[in-house]
Amino acid sequence: MVYSAGNYDVIVVGAGHAGCEAGLAAARMGCRTLVITLNMDNVALMPCNPAVGGPAKGHLVREVDALGGEIGLNTDRASIQMRLLNIGKGPAVQALRAQTDKKHYQISMKRVLEGQENLDLKQALAERLLIEKGKICGVLTSTGAIFKAEAIVVTAGTYLKGRIVIGDLSFPGGPNGQFPSVGLSDSLSELGVRMGRFKTGTPPRVDQKSIDFSKMSIQPGDEKPYQFSFVSPFVEREQMPCWLTYTTEETNRIIRENLHRSPLFTGSIQSQGPRYCPSIETKVVRFSDKPAHQVFIEPEGKDTAEMYVQGMSTSLPEDVQLAMLRTLPGMEKVEMMRAGYAIEYDYVFPGQLKLSLETKIIPGLFTAGQINGTSGYEEAAAQGIIAGINAALFTKNREPFILKRSQAYIGVMIDDLVTKEIDEPYRMLTSRAEYRLLLRQDNADLRLTEMGYEIGLVSKERYETYIRKQKLVEEERSRLERTVVPVSADTKKILGEINGAGLPQQGITLAGLLRRPEVSYGDLLLLPMSHPDLPEEVREQVKIQVKYEGYIKKQQSQAERIKRLEEKKLPTDIDYRKVKGLSMEAMEKMENIKPVSIGQAGRIAGVTPADLSVLLIFLEQNRRNKNRNHS
Amino acid sequence: MCEDTIAAISTPLGEGGIGIIKISGPEAVSIAGKVFKPKRGGWDGEKSHTLVYGHIYDSHTGQAVDEVLVSCMKAPYTYTREDVVEINCHGGIVPLRKVLELVLAEGARMAEPGEFSKRAFLNGRLDLAQAESIIDVIRSKTEDGLKIAVSQLKGDLSLKIDELKKRLLGILAQVEANIDFPDENLEEATGSNIIISSEELLKEIKKMVIESEAGIVYREGIRAAIIGKPNVGKSSLLNAVLKQKRAIVTDIPGTTRDVIEEIVNIRGIPLRIIDTAGLHKTDDLVEKIGVERTKEMIEQADLVLLVLDAAIGLSDQDFEIIDSIGEKKSLVLVNKVDVKKSIINQGDLDRLAGGRPVLWISAEQGTGLDKMEEVIVEMVLGGQIVRSDTLLVANIRHKQALEKAACYLEEAVSGVKSMFPVDIVAIDLRAAWEALGEITGSTVTEDLIDRIFKDFCIGK
Ligand SMILES: Nc1nc2c(ncn2[C@@H]2O[C@H](COP(=O)(O)OP(=O)(O)OP(=O)(O)O)[C@@H](O)[C@H]2O)c(=O)[nH]1
Ligand SMILES: [Mg+2]
Repeated sequence: MVYSAGNYDVIVVGAGHAGCEAGLAAARMGCRTLVITLNMDNVALMPCNPAVGGPAKGHLVREVDALGGEIGLNTDRASIQMRLLNIGKGPAVQALRAQTDKKHYQISMKRVLEGQENLDLKQALAERLLIEKGKICGVLTSTGAIFKAEAIVVTAGTYLKGRIVIGDLSFPGGPNGQFPSVGLSDSLSELGVRMGRFKTGTPPRVDQKSIDFSKMSIQPGDEKPYQFSFVSPFVEREQMPCWLTYTTEETNRIIRENLHRSPLFTGSIQSQGPRYCPSIETKVVRFSDKPAHQVFIEPEGKDTAEMYVQGMSTSLPEDVQLAMLRTLPGMEKVEMMRAGYAIEYDYVFPGQLKLSLETKIIPGLFTAGQINGTSGYEEAAAQGIIAGINAALFTKNREPFILKRSQAYIGVMIDDLVTKEIDEPYRMLTSRAEYRLLLRQDNADLRLTEMGYEIGLVSKERYETYIRKQKLVEEERSRLERTVVPVSADTKKILGEINGAGLPQQGITLAGLLRRPEVSYGDLLLLPMSHPDLPEEVREQVKIQVKYEGYIKKQQSQAERIKRLEEKKLPTDIDYRKVKGLSMEAMEKMENIKPVSIGQAGRIAGVTPADLSVLLIFLEQNRRNKNRNHS
Repeated sequence: MCEDTIAAISTPLGEGGIGIIKISGPEAVSIAGKVFKPKRGGWDGEKSHTLVYGHIYDSHTGQAVDEVLVSCMKAPYTYTREDVVEINCHGGIVPLRKVLELVLAEGARMAEPGEFSKRAFLNGRLDLAQAESIIDVIRSKTEDGLKIAVSQLKGDLSLKIDELKKRLLGILAQVEANIDFPDENLEEATGSNIIISSEELLKEIKKMVIESEAGIVYREGIRAAIIGKPNVGKSSLLNAVLKQKRAIVTDIPGTTRDVIEEIVNIRGIPLRIIDTAGLHKTDDLVEKIGVERTKEMIEQADLVLLVLDAAIGLSDQDFEIIDSIGEKKSLVLVNKVDVKKSIINQGDLDRLAGGRPVLWISAEQGTGLDKMEEVIVEMVLGGQIVRSDTLLVANIRHKQALEKAACYLEEAVSGVKSMFPVDIVAIDLRAAWEALGEITGSTVTEDLIDRIFKDFCIGK
């Protein structure tokens, strides 16, 4: 029996990391929002590693947070260890990573959804997307409920036609023992959405009490833990350590001897997996001269004995998994609680999406997260918030919200997804960002809070906090630029004590001094003059802005130049087959991708500067022809 | 429209070595001001549509590069509707090229094929009917450029650039792998690693810049084909220029049956000198083929040396041969002046030469060869003999790209030395790679990521 179950502005299908952000964003922007999940106990499930952040991924989390999203706050709530990575490698690439308590993460995220005004959370399996006059209008669930909405965000993760593979065993399934979703995938195909197939995997989980940690080295968290969210209240939390061990010659031998039972090598798995997350069997084969591979043992939470074996992702048969685990120092008697597995799933070729994450063919239908061919909770959350925002804007008939590559990692990621033809699950890397120095994690709030406020996601209170911080930063910068260091015996002595810092020349300013490589911001405070008492994050911000000013300016002016190309818009109804003078390759790609600007067109592989010139001339021809017809 | 400023050689070298460099864009006037000193008064570029006489100076060496006439035309009454400056150079190919390089060094960008016309059209200067021909130019010139790039890609230069790129990507991948995967315990790219590799690369790139300085003419040489009737002394001339007995010389007509090619350096210019089979009507198959080849050689040559025999005088055949040279740059060489008596009629000779320079030589005795070399060098440097335009442009682009790469590598080294963190240093390394990539048309991100996963074992 089919029945009408309710009307909403926005429906989000799926309550993983993308779905949660999408639902919250839409609801917080005032849309009546429904989030459906196929299992109420699995909201915000972390089916792979119990960690959030790291280089580029941590940046994404900070950006989502600055826009008013939840992943940063929730990670802080559920964190059981915090580490700042890449400390010595420079301001652009420093990144925070948290180990999280998985259950706590889920419970507290679910609480947030439940407490969100305008948001209904329901357990249901979406079976079919409903269309009316070419536009999306609702979903039909497996129990016959029809929910109606103007915009729908599909965040189905790896559930679409999921297939689990462990050795010679293979069966339909979602991650972590869940059901797959079959109807939804077919429904998308029927609507004309083209789908591909990717593979990913996860390592076994082992029993803590069966591990001899004395044979491993300990990896504690930072003594002074940072937090992801710019607005998380500071809470003293007990930190749990991770442990480091290595594979041995014996591990390699067992793997090699069992390759004939590995689905990756027997051909049972055909789809492409991510290169940055290879299985242990792939690593052993590809880097055969490497005697040992690192393995981290990470706690899955405070209330569980399960430990995550990072570095041992595998789809070998269960007996082989156990045998190889027992070759690691400290794991001689280990008991496996859950076996590792590979999962194959359908994804949507993201070239079919607009930069707003709306599908090009069905107005009102958005997709976000792993369904778009990405991997990782952070990538999912970042797409989720953008899809949620744009679904809300869609229902209000407002212009979509699109971040540029020079504004956010989120912008880089979505532009990459939409413009480049990805051939493996996409993971955010700092090396994908050409303006890395502008997109730091320390300034995510300065880059994005204002935008979050304008679209209605950031509260007035938070916005005012940001304004205050920005003002302090500006004032302190101008103080440093203005203030001349007095040349007294006193200052000379203090500067002499600073490692290698010579005497200041006449008239050097505090900023000038700070630009010297050997001088830190803290050193300035030693000078005998009055210094304002400023919060740590303001000082940090000022230090980076002053010390790296030259390079920051260079990247800004590069971004400025590119901006002109981004501003030259391309109508999406151009028939590229009719544009004379385009190369064959450019024509086909442009016809497929339908770039929105000359800038985006230029990033399509195979489109040359000559093609762009031809396009510009074509646009001008069109414009004049139109004018002529009008007059 | 807010655009950058572009420059290019707009008129290829013509008679007397006059060539024009055109600059268009908002900075055109100020860029010209940085390289140009008028004979009288200053350059303010205030007055539009003026012609000023003066010199182009190299600000590094302080030396005058060429004597020029500069015209300044302010927007909007110009071809592109932007400010346009044209520098009329007189000194031939070497100074012309140098002037363009100076203009580029002051911040202009080398124009893409058809870009001036493109701007003219986009700014409403040309009418719709002209749009298609602009597209044709963009397409075909780009394809020419590509062909040349491809032909050079097979050459030493591009092998070398590929190798440099590979090495640079190696360092960059190491830096980036450590940044993106800090827990993988990968080998770190230390500051001194970066300095050592960058400096090695720098040395090689700088050497390449100096080599390319001499220009395409110097690097590739110009092709000079020696042609004439059988037995006039063509092979003897080749041997005399080479100063060695390379080709067989006999008094039997039809001795040389195939093409002989050798490189000889005359006053720093490599001359690719080609001896050919004597041209005459023949039934002998082998000779026939030789004659065909000779005709091909004439087509491909930049300069043709027509040899006559002073001892036997002119015949109809000489007139036929000179017709086959057509418009190609050529010299008429009357050989065997050492024989007692020339039976060549001056009037016939003038008629045959038709304005081409005529030189009297003896291949056997070596007389007149100095003068001949002098004339050839003058023609080359004076710009009367040029390699094709596109080749020249490709060459300037390469040099620019190399210089840019060198500049970024220097910044990377100085960045490490002043203790900037690796993420900052990586910006310069990446830019250096991208500069090299401009030559071969590749972009860094995908290559870099591929390299990271190829070189390093990464993954959880
Ligand atoms: N007296 C005199 N004899 C010369 C001179 N140059 C060449 N000869 C002679 O002319 C004859 C032909 O010389 P080659 O150099 O073989 O002539 P070619 O033009 O190469 O002849 P083919 O290869 O048969 O076309 C030889 O006997 C040479 O010794 C010269 O300058 N003076
Ligand atoms: Mg001969």
